[in-house]
Amino acid sequence: MTINNIWVFAQASGGAATTGTLELLTKARSLSSKVTAFVGGDASAIAASLGEYGATKVYATGDLAGKLPGVALSAAMKSVIDSGDTPDVIMFPQNYEGRDTMARLSVKLNRTVLTNNIDIADSADGVVATTPIFGGNVLVATAFSGQGPHLVSFRPKSFAAEPAGASSPEVVAVVVPDLGKQGGAKVVAVHTEQSSGPKLDEAAVVVSGGRGLGEAGNYSLIEDLAKILKGAPGASRAIVDAGWVPYSYQVGQTGKVVKPSVYIAAGISGATQHMVGMKGSKNIIAINKDKEAPIFGIADLGIVGDVHKVLPKLIEALKSRS
Amino acid sequence: MNIVVCVKQIPDPASPGALDATTHALKRDGKLILDESDAYGVEMALQLVATAGSGEVYVVSMAPNGETSGMRTALAMGAVKGLLVSDPALAGSDALTTAKVLAAAVNKLGGADLIIAGTESSDGYTGTVPEQIAECLGLPSVTFAKKVKVEGSVLKVDRQSESGYDEVECTLPAVISVTAGVVEPRYPSFKGIMDAKKKPLDVVTAGDLAVTPTGWAAAGQKIVSVTQAEARKAGQVIEDDGEAFGKIVAFLENLKLI
Repeated sequence: MTINNIWVFAQASGGAATTGTLELLTKARSLSSKVTAFVGGDASAIAASLGEYGATKVYATGDLAGKLPGVALSAAMKSVIDSGDTPDVIMFPQNYEGRDTMARLSVKLNRTVLTNNIDIADSADGVVATTPIFGGNVLVATAFSGQGPHLVSFRPKSFAAEPAGASSPEVVAVVVPDLGKQGGAKVVAVHTEQSSGPKLDEAAVVVSGGRGLGEAGNYSLIEDLAKILKGAPGASRAIVDAGWVPYSYQVGQTGKVVKPSVYIAAGISGATQHMVGMKGSKNIIAINKDKEAPIFGIADLGIVGDVHKVLPKLIEALKSRS
Repeated sequence: MNIVVCVKQIPDPASPGALDATTHALKRDGKLILDESDAYGVEMALQLVATAGSGEVYVVSMAPNGETSGMRTALAMGAVKGLLVSDPALAGSDALTTAKVLAAAVNKLGGADLIIAGTESSDGYTGTVPEQIAECLGLPSVTFAKKVKVEGSVLKVDRQSESGYDEVECTLPAVISVTAGVVEPRYPSFKGIMDAKKKPLDVVTAGDLAVTPTGWAAAGQKIVSVTQAEARKAGQVIEDDGEAFGKIVAFLENLKLI
């Protein structure tokens, strides 16, 4: 099929369009000349940036006033579609709000969803999305059949964000319809976890710790090493679930996807769900006492050893150089 | 307060997964176990009912071949009854059909004050089913709950966000999805395991629930190819002799990072 009309679920953070949004817009404009960014919130501060990356039109709902985005934005999208603007494809980011909105919309439109993708193509088979499975060792290409809108979500960093040149897209206000009983959930307070240093998914160096650290107190070794290397500290799901560090530190399928120049995995065995989040790193260094640990299968430099011995010596050596 | 927990029975994640050569679906012909990420939902339900002082916990699942071993684990933990939807016509169902089936199963049990699911399964991880169930049932939902309590008819949830968490309040009935680590799932006791064998566990078909199965043909998606990704190769692996840190220093130096 030919994609004539494509929508991108667009998000802002701190007054700017998120990197994930710009990645999806960059891909969208290679598939269609008509690209619409759908913003759940106020678009005035980000419209120019959305245009620069490919949006030719922007829908904006304005402030959601505490409504959860999934139920509100799916209803808003449905009302626009009902009024006659039917996209062939809607691209969502694989994150909380993208997932919820796509899920609700799939029921409203009675359309299937394809999630966790890393690529999309308009081919002889139709619209085809590519999903990595088994820890990224196998790629499955799946074609949508039947009528659009085709609902598809993408993992972070699936595409590189590249500006196309300045443009001023038309901004159209969209009213969120009355949600009735389904709108019964309200955000009453927002808590932001503070972190210093570079952001985990943007840092050139990421140092992550896992269960092999033994106890929560030893995580300071990870933070120290990250600081010396001007990197960001990360974590495996095991120690996030154990409550050693906040969820925002988690690298993996259900956490952040990172692609730094160097990824240092300390005391991480390399569960599939972790490796999915970091195997795109340019260089991987692993330290683990179990020489059979799967992480060594993808590491450029593997040290079979005790993190409690290797890390302090490494930190000391790096400190003495600076 | 009555709670229905949606659980998935999956191939043991400890054994390597494989795809069926014809359908490209994940093979599920061996023994299935309770998805670990659903054990959190079962535990959460048991704790909420205990706190409320009254009510029961039910489990619903959809699985091939009348498979119930994972559901029995949930019953052994303390759920009182189960409803399994098993129907060859449901093979190849997408997440949307799964949600329609589970929503119908919840209704078959007479509804609930709260419906709990995991955020995503450990085998397919589409991650949309809980929110789709809420939409099918016409209910509000709070996904990615990391802390849950009920005060009267109001649900209070700490919901994970990109930058921290949001406090969300929601009227009941509602659907929530809970993250791993939200509670510590109990191990079934010996008595619990024995009792679970006698607890009611009904098996019904899609037709019994008046859901039209779409199966392979009408799932709206078709796998067109399965290929091996370019594998990342292992590099140098050395045993630490007390001086291995020097290799890391040299590696970083070589990349001009230090």
